[in-house]
Amino acid sequence: MKTIFAKSVPGRCAWEIESDAPGAADMLPAGLLRKAPPRLPECSELDVVRHFTGLSRLNYSVDANFYPLGSCTMKYNPKFTEYVAALPGFSRLHPMLAQLSRGAACTQGALQCLHETERWLCELTGMKAFTFQPMAGANGEFTGVKLIAAYHKARGRTRKKMLIPDAAHGTNPASAALAGFETVNIESRDGMVDPEALMAALAAHGEDVAGLMMTCPNTLGLMEVHLPRIVEELRKVDALLYYDGANMNAIMGKMRVGDVGFDVVHLNVHKTLGTPHGGGGPGAGPVGVGERLLPFLPAPRVAMREDGSYRLEYNLPQSIGYMGPFYGSFGVVVKALAYMLRLGGEGLTRASEYAALNANYLKKRLEDVLDVPFARRFCAHEFVASAPEGMRALDIAKALLDRGFHAPTIYFPLIVKECLMAEPTETESKETLDAYVDALREIVAQGKADPQSLTDAPVSLPVRRMDETAAARQMVLTEDMA
Amino acid sequence: MPYIPHTPDDLQEMLSVVGVRTLDDLFADIPPDMRPQSFNLPKGQGEAAVCAYFEDLAAKNSPDMISFLGAGYYAHQIPRAVDALAGRSEFYTAYTPYQAECSQGTLQAIFEFQTAVSRLMDMDCANASVYDGGTALFEAAMMAVRATRRRVLVVDEAVNPVWRVMLGTYISSLDLELKTVRQRDGVSDLAGLVAAVDDSCAAVLVQNPNFFGAVADYTELFAAARAHKAFGVISVYPVMQAVLRTPGEMGADVAVAEAQSLGQPLSFGGPYLGVMACRKEHIRQFPGRIAGRTTDLDGKTGYVLTLQAREQHIRRAKATSNICSNQALCALRALIHMSLLGPTGLTRVAENNMALARYAVERLTALKGVELLNDAPFGNEVALRLPIPAEPLVDMLTSHGCVPGYPVGRYYPGMENVLLLACTELNSRRQIGFLAETVGGLL
Repeated sequence: MKTIFAKSVPGRCAWEIESDAPGAADMLPAGLLRKAPPRLPECSELDVVRHFTGLSRLNYSVDANFYPLGSCTMKYNPKFTEYVAALPGFSRLHPMLAQLSRGAACTQGALQCLHETERWLCELTGMKAFTFQPMAGANGEFTGVKLIAAYHKARGRTRKKMLIPDAAHGTNPASAALAGFETVNIESRDGMVDPEALMAALAAHGEDVAGLMMTCPNTLGLMEVHLPRIVEELRKVDALLYYDGANMNAIMGKMRVGDVGFDVVHLNVHKTLGTPHGGGGPGAGPVGVGERLLPFLPAPRVAMREDGSYRLEYNLPQSIGYMGPFYGSFGVVVKALAYMLRLGGEGLTRASEYAALNANYLKKRLEDVLDVPFARRFCAHEFVASAPEGMRALDIAKALLDRGFHAPTIYFPLIVKECLMAEPTETESKETLDAYVDALREIVAQGKADPQSLTDAPVSLPVRRMDETAAARQMVLTEDMA
Repeated sequence: MPYIPHTPDDLQEMLSVVGVRTLDDLFADIPPDMRPQSFNLPKGQGEAAVCAYFEDLAAKNSPDMISFLGAGYYAHQIPRAVDALAGRSEFYTAYTPYQAECSQGTLQAIFEFQTAVSRLMDMDCANASVYDGGTALFEAAMMAVRATRRRVLVVDEAVNPVWRVMLGTYISSLDLELKTVRQRDGVSDLAGLVAAVDDSCAAVLVQNPNFFGAVADYTELFAAARAHKAFGVISVYPVMQAVLRTPGEMGADVAVAEAQSLGQPLSFGGPYLGVMACRKEHIRQFPGRIAGRTTDLDGKTGYVLTLQAREQHIRRAKATSNICSNQALCALRALIHMSLLGPTGLTRVAENNMALARYAVERLTALKGVELLNDAPFGNEVALRLPIPAEPLVDMLTSHGCVPGYPVGRYYPGMENVLLLACTELNSRRQIGFLAETVGGLL
């Protein structure tokens, strides 16, 4: 499709405000002005509407396709939460209003939203408090490891090592590095953190270990059976335990991370709590802490006065500072609260139960189609499988696209060869899962009979396989770099 | 069961395929002593009840007061078409475009966004966006730190304090030093900044217009930075950028912005949109997602995420950033907003806002004891010195349904009498008249 710039016609303008203002040259010295207007598209409103409607139709999405992308929790996003977040009482509210003493009175509803969401998340996770400042999951990880650093610093020690299992998301080591930690890789055995590897790392680095970042259930979709021992060993050296909330949709109502020994957790509300993924964002990554990390939370925090009104607390002497400009992705957090209120505690538990049912059902039905490791264990909300011998995960993924399904996550985690990691979520019906199984069965049969035909896929989408090498080499990143 | 389609028959059949009796059997790996010690959450409610709950909460806020509050975040008109198009669920219920063939809509939109940002900034290229203006500033600083292998960041005190405190927090665990050059009466100290840049400096960070609304030309500063092989980084206000001298013309290495003003509602602090543009030679230091144009097997033009060797899922601890997403939907909104306004619309908005700010200055400085804080050129935002502390005045006016601006003393001790006032097309001459009369009555 032509770009919006290619559709531009000089002199068209969709949207011009009524104004009798003089030109900029009459208001500012010439040396401070740009030489020519920015070359933005010049289009009619209909041009713009047609263009973006056209673009939207080139996408797969949860609303149009089964989207079993592992570790991403592509569940259905209830429509009413969009209405709620767009209420003018929220959407038109300037964040700095809340900082002014009279202004805070004008933002009570918004502050109450944050306070109420914090109460829900605390009960859901068993943590003591939450900050909403982190603007996405990775930003939440960064916040979490900074809290761990602050904890050790307050005890007058510098600890440099962060332990990270090899199955972890790549953001874990990247976030730890950004907070000044050196990462130590902990190998898996039988799909679990290997207690021996953990003991060896603790023996080697002893009291230089600041903490361990865990995803639980892990990215293989398995519960960590050694969790109690891991907690115990870390406690011995006063190292803290971080819970990566990417897989939280697996455990709601079944396990609370605060109860089992985690000190800090980030949640991806765009995964677990039903807010849309937006084509890659915006998300929100609230971070919860137990008692030990409470004093270090970012500023400000929402506090309730004795009369039941809300205020912002900035006086937090041990706080790590400001991870975001204000109070987080408020417009996303509102949707998460709406989702929780709609489902209630029972509904949240049910979401995890049916997520596990759908994943286990799919895993079972695919055992004679793909190579499914850990077949004798239940999976959590997702599971991994390898492409059958001689076939590539990439080809299977592309063939799925031709059949109207989004592909699972492929080549992750890195420790599974030709990995396809599927997370069906609770909102998909048995019919959809069965159709997906049939499609995979057909693809594998086709791949065995005619291997070439799979490498041609997809053939029914707006484009076929893209030349990624040329993209990286030629670096055409804008219309003007062509 | 809301959003769960399983009938009782489905449930029984699926449980039997899996080989368990109850749903809870699937959680056998969580032993009884690891089950929740408490789970006291209320029962779910119907959709109408939840909506009513939020309607009540929203009604407790007062978003519709007359407001001259800006300070980096501005209430602009957003064409309804932005909501309608970005509200298409093919966009908002998709995820990161890992599978390019079924994500061409998102990918092309990112490519077009990168083009629009580059042209607005007059820079070679842009990335797919980061969380907000503060993270954009931090990520730009880190690009410079990596490229120069230096550890000193020189920052103008007139850069938005919200982003400066974030920068301080973000770098606090790294071995970096922040050297802040004081502003004078809201004017950036260009000579002081030039003097602070030396061979140990990774980057100099400035903002145009600065936090106090003052517009300047940073060409000489960036030339001085280049002479010391340091980066020149500038944060801009996208709406004013329609008329102001561009980062490219000034010779900046990286240009960033909080682009909330391009089609994002204020929404009590987020989600917002951090944009980043840079010169071509710095591309490989870019954080986050970047879309590129290429061809498919048949030679047909299409788009992919590219230069991924920089990113965390490949480089892990050695990645350029831990950011693994972008504000895709916010970037889409900004792109649609810019496409609707075009060069003419955006320029007229900037001019209208500037003209209103001049009218506000005329009316307010006519009051006894109110004067401009400095004589620097300004855009649509301006700092005024009052004869009394600004914060109580703001409080009093807020009670009258009018927020006159931001009391700067909250961030700048010693500047308690300074009020920062912004005008946009949502303000009118009539509102400004009301403001001047009310302030006049209180002085």
